[in-house]
Amino acid sequence: MSLIDLAAVSFAYGRSRKVLHDIDLRIEAGRNLGIVGESGSGKTTILRLLLGLARPTSGRIAFRGEPLDPRDRLFMRGFRRSVQAVFQDPYSSLDPRQKVADIIAEPLRSLNVDTDIDAAVAEALASVDLPSGAAGRYPHEFSGGQRQRIAIARAIVSQPELVLADEVVSALDLTTRIRIVDLLKSLSERTTLVLVSHDIGFVALLCQDLVILEKGRIVEQGSARNILSAPKHPYTQRLLESTPRLPDFT
Amino acid sequence: MTDATPALSPPSSPRLTPAFVIGATLVGLHVIVGLITLFWAPYDPTAMTGGRLAPPSLAHWAGTDRLGRDLFTEIMVGARIALAVGIGAVAIAATIGVTIGLLAAFASRTVDDVLAATLDILIAFPTLLLAMLIVAASDGASLGTAILAIGIAASSIVARLTRILARRVLAMDYITAARVSGTGWLGIVRIHVLPNIWPTLIVNLALQFGLAVIAEASLSYLGLGAPPPNASWGRLLQEAQATVYTAPFGAVAPGIALVSLVIGLNLFADGLRDVADPTRRRR
Repeated sequence: MSLIDLAAVSFAYGRSRKVLHDIDLRIEAGRNLGIVGESGSGKTTILRLLLGLARPTSGRIAFRGEPLDPRDRLFMRGFRRSVQAVFQDPYSSLDPRQKVADIIAEPLRSLNVDTDIDAAVAEALASVDLPSGAAGRYPHEFSGGQRQRIAIARAIVSQPELVLADEVVSALDLTTRIRIVDLLKSLSERTTLVLVSHDIGFVALLCQDLVILEKGRIVEQGSARNILSAPKHPYTQRLLESTPRLPDFT
Repeated sequence: MTDATPALSPPSSPRLTPAFVIGATLVGLHVIVGLITLFWAPYDPTAMTGGRLAPPSLAHWAGTDRLGRDLFTEIMVGARIALAVGIGAVAIAATIGVTIGLLAAFASRTVDDVLAATLDILIAFPTLLLAMLIVAASDGASLGTAILAIGIAASSIVARLTRILARRVLAMDYITAARVSGTGWLGIVRIHVLPNIWPTLIVNLALQFGLAVIAEASLSYLGLGAPPPNASWGRLLQEAQATVYTAPFGAVAPGIALVSLVIGLNLFADGLRDVADPTRRRR
């Protein structure tokens, strides 16, 4: 089943700075999608469009077959509950003046989700392997990796069908990155993930499907297995070749 | 950035700096004195209770003025007036300034540019000069006019600061996360913007409080503030000017009162940020 469809979507900042060109994309439930490209390729703009934070200059975005219209409050309430996000910087994505419990509970309160908020927050914290005592703390009392777990807890507390993650591990060190990847892997058993990243290696660990973006255009898309084993486009080949590897000392 | 600390550090606690304690004590003393004068004062502040320009004594702790009124009583009543002006002016400045600042921060670029330019022009006028213009344009000098004038003059500074702080907050990822969480713009202001600009804003408002006290004293000194028989510190200083060499305590006593309140407010403001801002608390 298709969750979000982008059909011939283009986006420009102002009149002349076009950053996305005729994007056709389908996000299907149960199949994690990776959107890969270098800085400036339009990844984050696609993410903003997928989240309904920006409107395309042309083309159509649909959620479950219905046009995504940010002015339609009732529709957007259902959309927001179903689609959540985790952002790149765990330091700026958590409000420093809010306690962790309030940060995680924000989607439940804003979307008037009829649930026991304290219990839902405790469950979300447990899902990301943080102790329940974290609820009463402020973000500055946590490490970068722990903050990213709090951000993930906020994203999953409303039990969304789709979680969009923007460069979610790029600001983390290697060991923390591995733990977050493991966490996302376990989360992907109950929710669909869209991972936006410049790191094709990270995306390949979690996604069944890949979209390769270059200068605002999709240059290759399909199953991750096919793209990684036999990349067709030169840009994809370059991306794969530039993935860091340990030198072979044998 | 690491993730290797599953155990949580001890909870943080508010930090009360010595400056904050000294500031709060000075301000608290003035507040207590001001409140006491609502019910009791050593003498009637308008009555002649001793000889003219008498030096400090047990009967008159700060001496008497040129009409024989008890100076300590007048200074006590003056504290009430200074605090009333400060509270009133800061309330007006905060209401107008925060509203305009938030509107500018959320407005389109053109509206924001117009508001920012207007605020810059208003800030170019010294607060006291602007207050004098407003008092001069009104029916006449009164305590209410002084409060209104000082409040309006200070509101442009508060508005400009609010706009800058709010725009910085609105650029953060947690605002985008709030929008994705379904929080509306009013909710974003209430939940995220105001709590994040509050620690800086409260410091500025406390500083504005001190400036308002000085501005009222200045207006009263120039005859544009609280009219007689209100015992404004500025008027006391003005009246003591002619006798400053023969009876210096008439100028020194209200001067000490004014300076101690303003210094207290400044120290209090500086420490207030540490108390109001959880990110500045020690672990």
